[in-house]
Amino acid sequence: MCATCGCSDPAGTRITQVTADTAAAPHLHDHGHGNGHGAGQAGTADEDTGETRTVLLEQQVLARNDRLAGANREWLGTRGVLAVNLMSSPGSGKTTLLERTIRELAGRPPVSVVEGDQESLIDAQRVRGTGCAAVQINTGAGCHLDAGMLGSALRELDPPPRSVVLIENVGNLVCPALFDLGEAHRVVIMSVTEGADKPLKYPHMFAAADLVLLNKVDLLPHLDFDPGFFESSVRRANPRAEVLRVSATGGEGIGIWCEWLRDRVTAGPGERGPARRDSGAADGVAR
Amino acid sequence: MHEMAVTQSIVDAVCERLDGARVRVLALEIGTLSGVVPDAVRFCFDLAAEGTPLAGARLEIAEPPGLARCRVCEAEFRLDDLIALCPCGSADVGIISGRELRIRSMEVL
Repeated sequence: MCATCGCSDPAGTRITQVTADTAAAPHLHDHGHGNGHGAGQAGTADEDTGETRTVLLEQQVLARNDRLAGANREWLGTRGVLAVNLMSSPGSGKTTLLERTIRELAGRPPVSVVEGDQESLIDAQRVRGTGCAAVQINTGAGCHLDAGMLGSALRELDPPPRSVVLIENVGNLVCPALFDLGEAHRVVIMSVTEGADKPLKYPHMFAAADLVLLNKVDLLPHLDFDPGFFESSVRRANPRAEVLRVSATGGEGIGIWCEWLRDRVTAGPGERGPARRDSGAADGVAR
Repeated sequence: MHEMAVTQSIVDAVCERLDGARVRVLALEIGTLSGVVPDAVRFCFDLAAEGTPLAGARLEIAEPPGLARCRVCEAEFRLDDLIALCPCGSADVGIISGRELRIRSMEVL
């Protein structure tokens, strides 16, 4: 089984264009994640001599993903499309925030959405309810989106020039941090119903963020959540990340978040390079 | 668990470089700050390698430790996790080692 896409897994990755009247039956597409791997070229050479030789490889483990991410970045760049990778644990309010953001932006600039979940079309249908185009990626057994999946989804979505593509990654604070999708920016969403110490517990995710949205701040009066401690925890994991307090239901901070997006569409493609983990000599924590 | 996807990527990448040979030993480098757990890769490897020329190969995993350089005082210091704080008090720190995730070499038959 391939856990990247679930090839040979009956519950493998599925990409579905969700239209206003998408029925329950998903529209299946091959997303081109090489089906030939692991085919097993039988070893024949040298077996009779029993001699071994050492072959230097010196390549990044995720080189293939990074190549595909680079191709996505180029594809997006030539169209002037801003792609933002939204990551969080399940239940942080990503989809509600998306709905609010789309309504608030009101088509200036146009927004389309790539939804990532293990199963179901629920989120893409919710987003579709706002009137914006949405493609659902179901990862099956997979716990994150990868660059190959996003590439297929982008071709399906066909976003207009000078627009925003919001990518809702699979709800998971661990695995998505490792996979470059070709996005211009990474945004981590945390809600005040979670622990304020999460940035210290999941530093890889927060270290990879350009912006951290602290959601559900309308609930703060009812909770024992210290936003100051949270913000200092974010800075310990990533001194350069901005933190913005928002409420997807109450509206607080949404205008600033929308401006953040508008500024970056105007500014053109982001400066995010490929893979942050490169060579180990990469500029680690501080993105 | 992303280690399964990572291990599958390793097997795929190595298979692309094989020309009918079988792999006896595969050398990897997985830094302690890479976000990938070597033991989990070992656990996944047999499953990912099954039916490929890597089946039965031995994994040799080097685990370079985390090393950081402070942008304020320029000191280099060891880093055991991603919460980087220089002894001088600065959090403006760049990681210079420990994030490696690399396929180094293979011994083929």
